[in-house]
Amino acid sequence: MAYRRLALLGSQLESTVSSSSQNSLHGLQRHMAAAATQSTWAQIEQAPPDAILGITEAFKRDKSKDKINLGVGAYRTEEGKPLVLEVVREAEQRLVSDPNLDKEYLGITGLPEFCRLSAILAFGEDSKVLAEKRNATVQSLSGTGSLRVGGEFLAHHYPNKPILLPKPTWPNHNKLFPLAGMKVEQYRYYKPETCGLDYEGMLEDFRSAPEGAVVLLHACAHNPTGVDPTKEQWQGILDVVREKKLLPFFDSAYQGFATGDLEGDAHAIRLFADAGMEFLLAQSYAKNLGLYGERVGALSVVTSDPAITKKVESQLKAYVRPLYSSPPRHGAEIVVKILSDPQLYSQWRVELQGMADRIKAMRSQLFQALQDVGAPGTWNHIVDQIGMFSFTGLTKEQVHNMTDKWHVYMTFDGRISMAGLSGSKCQRLAEAIKDSVSH
Amino acid sequence: MVAMKGLHTRTQVPFTQPLRSAGRARQHCCVVPRAAVASPTKESRFTSVEQAPPDPILGVSEAFKADKSDLKLNLGVGAYRTEELKPYVLDVVKKAEKALLDKGENKEYLPIEGLASFRSATAELLLGPTHPAIKEKRIATLQSLSGTGSLRLGASFIARFLPGTAVYLSNPTWGNHKNILSDSGVEWKNYRYFDPETVGLDFDGMMEDIKSAPDNSIIMLHGCAHNPTGIDPTEEQWAKIADLCIEKNHLPFFDVAYQGFASGSLDEDAYAPRYFLERGLEIIAAQSYSKNLGLYGERVGALNFVLSDSNSAQRVMSQAKRLARALYSNPPVHGARIAAEVVGQPDLFDEWREEMQGMAGRIKTVRQKLYDELVKLNGDKDWSFITNQIGMFSFTGLSPAQVENMTKKHHVYMTKDGRISMAGLNNAKTEYLAKAIDDSFRNH
Repeated sequence: MAYRRLALLGSQLESTVSSSSQNSLHGLQRHMAAAATQSTWAQIEQAPPDAILGITEAFKRDKSKDKINLGVGAYRTEEGKPLVLEVVREAEQRLVSDPNLDKEYLGITGLPEFCRLSAILAFGEDSKVLAEKRNATVQSLSGTGSLRVGGEFLAHHYPNKPILLPKPTWPNHNKLFPLAGMKVEQYRYYKPETCGLDYEGMLEDFRSAPEGAVVLLHACAHNPTGVDPTKEQWQGILDVVREKKLLPFFDSAYQGFATGDLEGDAHAIRLFADAGMEFLLAQSYAKNLGLYGERVGALSVVTSDPAITKKVESQLKAYVRPLYSSPPRHGAEIVVKILSDPQLYSQWRVELQGMADRIKAMRSQLFQALQDVGAPGTWNHIVDQIGMFSFTGLTKEQVHNMTDKWHVYMTFDGRISMAGLSGSKCQRLAEAIKDSVSH
Repeated sequence: MVAMKGLHTRTQVPFTQPLRSAGRARQHCCVVPRAAVASPTKESRFTSVEQAPPDPILGVSEAFKADKSDLKLNLGVGAYRTEELKPYVLDVVKKAEKALLDKGENKEYLPIEGLASFRSATAELLLGPTHPAIKEKRIATLQSLSGTGSLRLGASFIARFLPGTAVYLSNPTWGNHKNILSDSGVEWKNYRYFDPETVGLDFDGMMEDIKSAPDNSIIMLHGCAHNPTGIDPTEEQWAKIADLCIEKNHLPFFDVAYQGFASGSLDEDAYAPRYFLERGLEIIAAQSYSKNLGLYGERVGALNFVLSDSNSAQRVMSQAKRLARALYSNPPVHGARIAAEVVGQPDLFDEWREEMQGMAGRIKTVRQKLYDELVKLNGDKDWSFITNQIGMFSFTGLSPAQVENMTKKHHVYMTKDGRISMAGLNNAKTEYLAKAIDDSFRNH
């Protein structure tokens, strides 16, 4: 082929030809290489922007002064600024000035003290799970990384069982579980008519699921709806899970952030743990400690037997090593500093309460503003839903109106991040919503 | 005990009191009395899970930790040690971290593809700042979790978009390469590389195997300081490998874990990938800042696709982002900021180059000393491979049985393939190590 001969000629001439001739020769080679290899990349299509992270990209490009970003779930202050918690700043200062710290590789399972304290945070200090050493807890890349490693583990060691995801759920669930090798199915969850939980539908779908199927449960502050089961409903869910021998996989991204109460937000996890269930748990510190970009989380696999748990841990390591070898240290060190120091820990609880309270206040204010502008429909769900997000009930077309006309950025499923709202913007948001539902 | 106290506050609240989180909050706490806890009685659904073997490399450190002997020497994992055999945090890293803390940056999510300033810095480091591929936007660079994460992202991309393509790995290669490819669903094969007779490169075997691979295969090449052998092709040999890749339309995938760390020079150590690009090839390259910036545990690296046109680079970037999103959503911010700071500030950058030369220099010195000690013990055997090999590792040619002797009798920890990490050796211990090596070769 002409290109190959040209390339070989090029290498032979290299030592004898002037550098400018070489440059044009190489340029020509490159163009021919492009032609030869064009087919390698030609069939690769431009991927659409990420359903959530793409919203922020679009927001950044918008030049309007009035733009509001209610897309990604990252906490914002009343001034609309990102927040680094005081305890985190304090912890970092102590870390950077500690002469004993280095940057050595962590073990595959991460910082041991981090794993221990994360398990305590989730299960409670006096949990039987911990006393009986039935949890394999590994440090992981925030919520996403925990879910991915858990998925890889299940695909290989709990094969041919589908994972049931609530309808709707965080879009990334639908992407990462299939890539981990798991088949995905759905269970009913959100009832648009009531903007609440379709409890009967959920239990029906659990009962008709294949025995032993994995069920993904949002531990609290369901994303994107903000609709959580009540305590009674959690008990009912537990009963059906037990009856059908389903395997729960908890996604806990908002412990402490949902209501301000760390223990309360862990109610569902502890209910199942105390009932002696086997389950998986993905924990994230992105929101509750504001450690978003540090990628800090933990995956726990709880089994009925400590000997089995040991083997499970060894297998988790086998999946982590070819994913990223070992997790990043910095965020985990921050978490350990805070969780192990009583004064920092108390201060954290105060800051956590502060964030949760501000979000609750935004819910009230938005609800009030919607009444004030006379937006059609009922909006109680705004104050009844829990956590960072509210499922407004807006349709895709209405969301387009929100963005195109009002420069309000939100995801197309109608989800808004209350954490991104400030008091001063409630009025305009209410007007935008009124306008969008009226047309 | 202090550690427990941090989370102990709950028991200080009597059951009858409402929680601090009043208002609309529901009473979460204390509804299920702890007395109702059940013990699991059924058989676990994970009964058939088997104990996985320890990682061949990281498992060595675990074994080393458990050894009580004063004589023990850890030549297992490739992490640089000072002459005092202590871990080393680079001065520029300490300075950069302090500067970052003073800046008071936030901890927001990075974009899926990572920190922009890091991405441009890393591409410039790999290719040189004025490389046409950068100017022409023909390079798609994604920050990832050090070398491993970058390789995994690359492997996921290959599995999805170049299905059926096999990746050819040198024999031997870093042990994790095959796991990364297998877990991604990518077929891998070997090409000959190490010649035990010469303790050098089996170049003819390598060329034969790359030639007999089907056209359009992917060839994994170590940018410099081959791991585990320390044996790199010469410039003439690189030219011939490039010739073959052009002839067979192969896609080279460079694993660049030691740029600057091997010879002390960033440009010298980037010779191979740059040369391949000059020859008109497209390449994939995974970079790591674990060793050269000592950022091991911060997991800093990048995956690069250097292509012939910007449109392809754009589309490839968009698809690689999707895969990254399903692996970890976005990469960790801390280490990338440190790297960007060091590379971006001219005085820090110059200081970095000096520290890198220092590390590479210490390793060269210790190689020479080990060689001298070995020659003293056995003048007949050819030990020149110790000083001919480059980088952190040396492939000793010790057999598994001999390696076992090294560990059991001499408390020298190394990987079973005969690899030792020179970075874990100091002048004071070369005599001891030489004796252990000599004994193992002679008597086992």
